[in-house]
Amino acid sequence: MTSQEYAFVVLALVGTVAAVRVVTAGNVVRAALYLVAALGSVGAIYLLLGAEFVGWVQILIYVGAIVILFLFGLMLTKAPIGRDALDNQSRGLAALVGLAILAGLVFLMQDAFGWSDPKVELAQATSEAIGESIFRQYVLPFEAVSFVLLAALIGAIVLSRRDEGS
Amino acid sequence: MIRLPLILFFSATLFSIGVYGVLARRNAVLVLMSIELMLNAVNLNLVGFSQLWRDLTGQVFALFVIAIAAAEVGIGLAIVILIYRNRETINVNEVNLLKW
Repeated sequence: MTSQEYAFVVLALVGTVAAVRVVTAGNVVRAALYLVAALGSVGAIYLLLGAEFVGWVQILIYVGAIVILFLFGLMLTKAPIGRDALDNQSRGLAALVGLAILAGLVFLMQDAFGWSDPKVELAQATSEAIGESIFRQYVLPFEAVSFVLLAALIGAIVLSRRDEGS
Repeated sequence: MIRLPLILFFSATLFSIGVYGVLARRNAVLVLMSIELMLNAVNLNLVGFSQLWRDLTGQVFALFVIAIAAAEVGIGLAIVILIYRNRETINVNEVNLLKW
């Protein structure tokens, strides 16, 4: 194992523990804060892999914006405290399905790659190269995504504002 | 250098934790959080393979996925708040008007 692999394993363990706490926490605000840790560790893994632009976008958008949005959502709705109130009755079945999916994916992966075959060389993917790729090859999808984002924002405002008068 | 199967394994773990959360949680906001975990697992795969093949398409696609996820959370939370305003609950078990 190289030192980068040790760093990766530590970050992955932090992310896994935080993700497990997200789906098992009894308090919704704590679940949101554990989500910060899980998403932050994924962002740190992007930086470790050399995908610096995606890493910082992950930290800005996910940790900075989406979790804040979740906290506002939690603030505007009332949630009970305690796992029994937040979970439904089919917890065992859900765990079974989750483990089955994990087992299936791991089987497929080791079937396709084995355990040590392709090694990811850690070289920087610069923001400049990503910008060129977006604005040369993927301009049209980029514009489509911006349009979707605009429509979603307007839709969210229309949905959540109170009707006055009528 | 990092072995690719390590990345894939972590991403599979995150994805199955997200699946468990979607199935086991009753609070709609927590279900949305679990969906975010699953989207992150997919993004991790995209970035890992992109760095493996030295092809930036995967990272561009991961950026698109992040943008769509932001739109999805915005709309999702608006719907959740609307449901809460009308029914005083956001338990997905109790919102069953359209259930056959």
